[in-house]
This record gives sequence, structure tokens and C-alpha cells, in this order.
Amino acid sequence: MTALLPLIGAVLLATLPKSAELRAKQFAFGTTLVTAASAIAMAVQFQRDNTDLQFVEVRSWIPSFGINYAVGIDGIALVLILMSVILAPIVILAGWNEAQGGRWSVKTFYILILVLETMMIGVFSATDVFLFYVIFEAMLVPVYFLIGGYGTGERSAAAVKFLLYSLFGGLLMLASIIALYVMSGDQGGHTFDLAKLANLEMSSTTQNFLFLGFFIAFAIKAPLWPFHTWLPDAAQSATPGTSVLLLGVLDKVGTFGMIRYCLTLFPEASKTFTPVIIVLAVISIIYGAILAIGQKDLKRLIAFTSISHFGFITMGIFAMTSQSQSGATLYMFNHGFSTAALFIVGGWMIARRGSSTISDFGGLQRVTPVMAWCFFLAGMSSLALPGLSSFVSEFLVLVGTYTRYPVAAIIATVGIILAALYILIPVQRALHGPTTPGNENLPDLNLREKVAIAPVLAAIIALGFYPAPLLNVINPAAMHVNSQLGFTDPVPTVEGK
Amino acid sequence: MVFNSPTLEYSLLAPILIILAGALIGVLIEAFVGKTRRPIVQLAVALTSLVLALIQVIRIRDLSSTTAAMGSVVIDGPGLLFQGAILIIAIISIFLIADQDNFTSSAAALPGSEEERQATQSGTVLTEIYPLTLFAVAGMLLFPISSDLITLFVALEVLSLPLYLMAGLSRHRRLASQEAALKYFLLGAFSSAFFLFGAAYLYGYAGTVSFAGIHAAVVGGTGNDIILLLGMAFVAIGLLFKVGAVPFHAWSPDVYQGAPTPITGFMAAATKVAAFGAMLRIFYTVLGEAQWQWRPFFLVIAIITMIFGSLVAISQRDVKRMLAYSSIAHAGFLLTGVIALNKAGLEASIYYLFAYGVATVGAFGIVTLVRDSSGEVSDLNRWAGLGKRSPWVASAFAFFLLAFAGIPLTSGFIGKFAIFSAAYESGATSVVIVGVLSSAIAAFFYIRVIVLMFFTDATEDGTSVVIPSILTRLTIIISLAITVALGVFPAPLLDFIKPLAIFIR
Repeated sequence: MTALLPLIGAVLLATLPKSAELRAKQFAFGTTLVTAASAIAMAVQFQRDNTDLQFVEVRSWIPSFGINYAVGIDGIALVLILMSVILAPIVILAGWNEAQGGRWSVKTFYILILVLETMMIGVFSATDVFLFYVIFEAMLVPVYFLIGGYGTGERSAAAVKFLLYSLFGGLLMLASIIALYVMSGDQGGHTFDLAKLANLEMSSTTQNFLFLGFFIAFAIKAPLWPFHTWLPDAAQSATPGTSVLLLGVLDKVGTFGMIRYCLTLFPEASKTFTPVIIVLAVISIIYGAILAIGQKDLKRLIAFTSISHFGFITMGIFAMTSQSQSGATLYMFNHGFSTAALFIVGGWMIARRGSSTISDFGGLQRVTPVMAWCFFLAGMSSLALPGLSSFVSEFLVLVGTYTRYPVAAIIATVGIILAALYILIPVQRALHGPTTPGNENLPDLNLREKVAIAPVLAAIIALGFYPAPLLNVINPAAMHVNSQLGFTDPVPTVEGK
Repeated sequence: MVFNSPTLEYSLLAPILIILAGALIGVLIEAFVGKTRRPIVQLAVALTSLVLALIQVIRIRDLSSTTAAMGSVVIDGPGLLFQGAILIIAIISIFLIADQDNFTSSAAALPGSEEERQATQSGTVLTEIYPLTLFAVAGMLLFPISSDLITLFVALEVLSLPLYLMAGLSRHRRLASQEAALKYFLLGAFSSAFFLFGAAYLYGYAGTVSFAGIHAAVVGGTGNDIILLLGMAFVAIGLLFKVGAVPFHAWSPDVYQGAPTPITGFMAAATKVAAFGAMLRIFYTVLGEAQWQWRPFFLVIAIITMIFGSLVAISQRDVKRMLAYSSIAHAGFLLTGVIALNKAGLEASIYYLFAYGVATVGAFGIVTLVRDSSGEVSDLNRWAGLGKRSPWVASAFAFFLLAFAGIPLTSGFIGKFAIFSAAYESGATSVVIVGVLSSAIAAFFYIRVIVLMFFTDATEDGTSVVIPSILTRLTIIISLAITVALGVFPAPLLDFIKPLAIFIR
């Protein structure tokens, strides 16, 4: 039901006249707030020790193919839905004026955002593989128009690149889905029910191929090296708000899909491919970090840091220990907030300066202290400073991975050192040092901007000190995933005993 | 010698008879009704006969699974579904055809002659198009229910001849249009010859032209296999030509481009339904037992058709040619339904044909709207920035393109899913993989058009979208509504098709 709220809002919004820009914004903001409230109300009712899917709803959709509108959430999905619905109003408030200068009206921008929010909730809660695929593909369309219509620079090329990469991955997944569907027909009736498909019997060769169909689609989405090349372009061209939704939420669909679909549907193949995937993840961590260091453009920099972060998440998922699994989900949540903070504050800096080149900034600490502190805090969260939320998740992922793949964990730790470089260099160049000519009169954050960024920073700090509420929800679900795979945590051995 | 008078089941044949009657009345109207009132009267007659025929098809759906006209035609579920689809597509396109701006005032006048100028000035409108359309529809209705080779050939000619003529009636760029008509006619005549040649071989093989007899001979396996192979191959070539499968596709880009756009839409949609209907019947029922001979051949044809159509479409600069190549690619996708050779394949093909047909008519309807002072603009570069000037038209076109590309929540996606899963079920994995990959290629050129319309700034050269007439608007809105509905709630149609999709011999 929560999923439908933004859609209803979008339809109502469509009826507003084009000229009522302010009304459209207020209305969209209100809708996302109501949605967030309703999702939080749902989260309160969530029974956290129950590993079954909750809030299950099943309706027949296309009975002749055995397709249902079936939704339900576990702890992992709940956390991601919460993240999406909380980020949506923040994005709207933070980027109050970013729809101006687009190809179409301001109203269209907010309609697209609201439609996208509906799909984000839907994609995390779908338990019917077909429904998931439909939303997975359909959500490309609003993002495509958001980047191509409201972005900057080479926006249409970036939008097309994004769309083609994603479509290609999606079609590979479609081939796998068709195979699953046909096999389910041979084994007791056509179905797309996730739980039933998980029990299909198939040869290991088939399983491997089908796994790859799903995994490549998700690896493109989440961007894992070498499928990442669309992301920096898209992030550079999109508006900051769109980037937050793209990197913060949409790309999580990839890592979420790895947990929900790759691991559940193809446990054997997942184990077969784990070494390869861990290697790719480690490459992503290092490669993303090194390229981030070399970036001159602020938005591209954030995009490359995300590639590094997604490497951590993927590594945590496929290390398949309870710590790494919980850590990966917590990482997804925290990455959503820290990227949001970076993009939002970065977006304000870029909008004020009229340039996104890092060297154009300088001395912002003196001119605009509040904004500079916000950016600093966001950056610290990105490099996982202890006391901030991402530290907890990064630590969990590394510890969890170490117990099974010590070498990978050690190499990944290098990524943390590189992270210090890629964050501290821009912080130093942009915030400190002499004031670059032209920056003297930049205004500091206004009240709206302060209100928008406050909850994000508050969450980053609060969850850094006290992550228990989230971990309590995530842990049972993560344990459940691993136990379905038949994995137990390796017992730590002590030398000499 | 004793002749028995044939028994005819009039109610079962009524849909075809109604259309033929409508066509003949149309011819009489040409002779007896005044010039000014002709267009509206013709439209009314055509529309009435199409609707009546559709009602009759719906009424006889319970009487299906019988043969009629001494076994010349067979009235079964799939046949009626094909007929229904053809009639619905014809009803949607007749509104588009009724928009007279697209046709020449006097087809007989030489292009550029004084006579032509006079005809244009006098405001004469061409109303022969209505009876011609009805004749073509009658042939299309007969084609997928024919049950012997002779009836099949007659139906093929009845549906083709009016189309050859209609392709040459464009108002603008008349020479190109006439060239298209001539090409279509010559190549069509060739393919008819191939078809007849094959039919003769099949007759030689089985000793009968009736489908039941040929099937019995195939099952019995007593005849000469080489003759069967030759017969199958030539008949298949005749049919593959009609659907525009590679390598028998060469006519379609030129004809699609040259023909008046409403006719292109009608032809692309309805001919495909009829031809695939006949093809499915022949290869599912008559030659089903000879699948080891024809399926490998179709597999290759389907694969090259999908790849070729998608690849060549990328380089097109003309929207009608692009849609032509896209329709070639779709013919390839539809062939996977023939290859599937199972009940799911038949259901999927029927769904796909209907969904694709409706979207095609709608897309060509939009092409008729984009014009400059000298007529339709089909050069893609000049479509740049359409999204800014006419957001609704551009959005509708974008939606049809997304449906062709098979993006979820459009009818095209459900069709593609259904047809690929049927093919996969039959074990034709290779064709499914190629299908999925060429869908990815195809997505590229559909998206390119969307980029052009929405993300590229317009060049100032006076391309504009005309305000659509009520009739054109009706066509576009109906096709759009069906495309959306079939994408979001496909269940009713799928459930409707399921029990009916059983061929009888």
C-alpha cells in the first residue's frame, strides 16, 4: 500500500497546471513525507525476529503465466525501503530549484520522481520474479528521462549509455527468467514465486548459466568492475538529486538482487562463482579508489568512490558469513546516506560556484563555514571514520570477509587508505587553502538547505554510535540468507592450538 | 457426369461475405453517389461492414471446430482469433485511411501533369480506397482459415492485389509511391509463383490439395520425400515473402517508404496477422509431423531475420524505413513462435500478432501527423526536438517505440516473453538467445529516435505536427489504449485466447 502512495501523488500532480511550479514542489514534497511516515509506521510493526516475509500481499495478475502481484519484505528489504523513502523527501527539499533549466516543466520532474519512488519501493518488496523484472526494467524509463531531461553537460549521451547498459543486462536476466519459468512448468506448474523457484532442481551447468544471467544484470546495476563505465558519466550529467536516487537507491537494487535472487535461486552456482566475484569486488574497491583520486570533477569523484563502496558491499555479500552479510546490508543503507550527503552538499557547492571542477573551489571553509563542515562530515562518512555510520558497516564487512577470505580482506583494507586520500585531497583543495578568486561572496546554506541536510548528517552520526536498531532488523534476515545457503560461520582458529 | 451443388454454411462464412458485400456496395457507391457525399457514405459503409463482420465472428465463436464450404475452409478457434484481430486492426486503420490528405486525388493522372494539378485543385478525393481495403480484408479473413491449397492461393491473391494498388496512391512523392507499388507487384507475383510451384509439388506428393489429405500423406510417409521437401520449401518461401522474413524481405523497406502511410500501417499490421495465421496453420497442423525437415530451415531463417532486421535498422535515416526494418526483426521474433510448435507458441503468436499490429497502426498514424509544407516528413533528422513542440504526439510515439522494444508494462514485453518462453520450452534455446540479443540491438535504434525527439534541439526548418483530425486521433488513442492495457493487464486477453487456441484439421 505504501508503494502506491507516491503513484497516487504522481497522478494527482499531473492534474496541476504547468505554471503552478511552487504548488507542484510542495505537493511532491508532501507526498514523499506522507510516504515516509507510512513506511516508518510499517517499520514499527515489523517483527524483527521473524525471518519469514512480512506484510505479504498476493494478488493474481496474469494467471495464464502463473504471474502474481506478490509483495512481502524481510529485514533486508525493510531497511532498503526505509532508506529510499527517507531519502526521497530530502532529495526534493535539498534540490528545491534543480528542476529549473530542464527540457520540460518542473511538474514533469516531480512526476518522474514520484513514479520512480513507487518503483523503488516495489522493486525491493516484490517476491514474484516476474514482477521484480518488470519493475527493474520499467524504472529505467523515469531515470532515463530524469538524466536526459534535467541533467547538465552531455546529458543525453549519458542517459542513453545508462539505458543501453541496463537494458542489455536486463535482457540477459530475461533469458534466465524464461528458463526458470519453463523449468518450473516441467516441475509442477508454471510459477514465478521466489520461494517455489528456489526449490527447482536443475543441473549445475544450467544453474551456472542462469546465475550469470542474473548476476551480470545486477553487476551492471550495482556497478561492479568491469561493468561500471556508465556510472561516472551518468552521475556527472544527472542533477544532484537524481544522482542521489541513482547511486543511493537504484544501484542498491543490484546488490539487493544479488542477495535476494542470485543467492536464493542459485545457491550452488553462487558458491561456484564466489572466488571470481570476490576478485572482481576487490578490483572494484581498489580501482574505484585509485580513479577517484585522479578525478578533477567533483561528481565523477563521488561516482568512483561509489564504485569502490559497491566493491565492499559485493564482497560482503559473497563472503557469506553472518557478519559480512549483515555488514553488507548495513553498508547499503549507510552508503545511501553518505552518498546523499556528498551529492547534496556537492550539488550546492557546484550550483553556487557554477562549476564542478574541484580546483575551482578553495577557501570555502572561510567563506561558507556551515556548508564546508557539512561537506567535511559527508566526506568523513565516506572514508568510514570511526564514530560515523559507515565505519560500523565497513568494519563488519572486513571482519566477516577475513574469517573466510583473509587475503581479499587484507587487500581491501588498502582501499580504506586510498579512501583517505580521495576524500582528503578534495577536502583540502576545496575547503582549505587560500580563497580562489570569485569565491569570496558565495552565500552559505540557507534555512531550507540546513533543514534538508540535518537529518542525513544526524543519521550518519547517530548510527555510527548506535547501529543496534538497524542491525537488530538486519541480522535475523542475513542469518536466514546464509543458513539457506548452508553456510555457517567459520570458527576462528588460534595459532598453536 | 454429375455435379453436386456445394453446401455452404452461410453463418460461418458470414464475416467474409459481409466484407465482400460491403466492398461491392462501395463500388456501386462510386458509380451512383455524388462526389461530395461519397467520402462520408463510403466510410460509413466500410465501418459498418467491418463492425458487422466482427460481431459475426464473435457470435460464431462457439460454433468453431467445424469445417465449412465442403472442407475448403476450417472454422476453428485460432482461425476466428486471427479474423477478429484482422477486423479490429482494420477498424482502427480505417479511421486513418479516412484522413484523405494522404492519398492522391486522381491515381490515373501522371505525376506532375496538368491533369493532376486540375484534380488536386478541384478538391476531388479518392474514395476507391474503401472498397479496395475491404477486398483486401476479405482476402485476409480467408487466408488463415483456408483448408486447401487452392483456397489458400485464392485468398493470397485476393488480399494482395488491392494492396499492390493501394501502395501506389500516395499524394506526395507520387513517383516513389508508384515505384513501390510496381516493386511490390512484381516481387509479389514472383512469390505467388513460388507458392503455386510449391503447391503443385505438394499436390504431386499427396495426390490432393486438401490440408487433411496432405497431412495424412505426411503421417503415412508413403510419398516421395524429395517432392514433399520441395513443396514445403516453395510454399514456405511464398509465405515468408509475405511476412518479410530475410532473405525474402527486400521489397518491404521500399514499399513501406513509398506507400501512403496509412496503407503502410494497415499493410504491416494486418498482412502479418493473416500471413502468420496461414503459416501457423500449415506448419502446425499439416506439416507438424514433418518438423524434422522444416524446423532447422525456419530456425536459420528466424535467426538471420532477427539479426539482420535489428542491425540494418540502426543505420536508417528515414522513420518509415526504420519501422520497415523493425517489422522485419519482428517477423523474426514471430517466427520463433512458429518454431516453438506447441500450444504455448500458438497462444503467444496470436497475442504477439495482435499487440504488434495495433501498435504498428498507431505508430504509422503518428508518422502521418509530422509534416512540413510539402507533405509528410519521414526524415528522422527533422524529427529532432519534436518532444518540445508537440509533447503529446512525441510521447505517444515514444510509447509505441518502447512497446516495439519490449520494455515492461507495454504489450510488446508480454508478447516477447510469451513467445520466447514458448520457443525455449520447445528446446529452441539458440533462437531464444539470439532473440534476446537482437532485442538489445533493436532497443538501440528505438531509443535513438526517442533521444532525437526529446533530447535534441530542433533545427529551424518548419517541420510541424498538424493538428490531428478526429479520425486520426481516434486511431492513435485506441491503439495507445490497447497497447497500455495489454501491457498492464494482459490476463483477460491471454485467458480468452487460451481455450480457443487449438487448431483442428
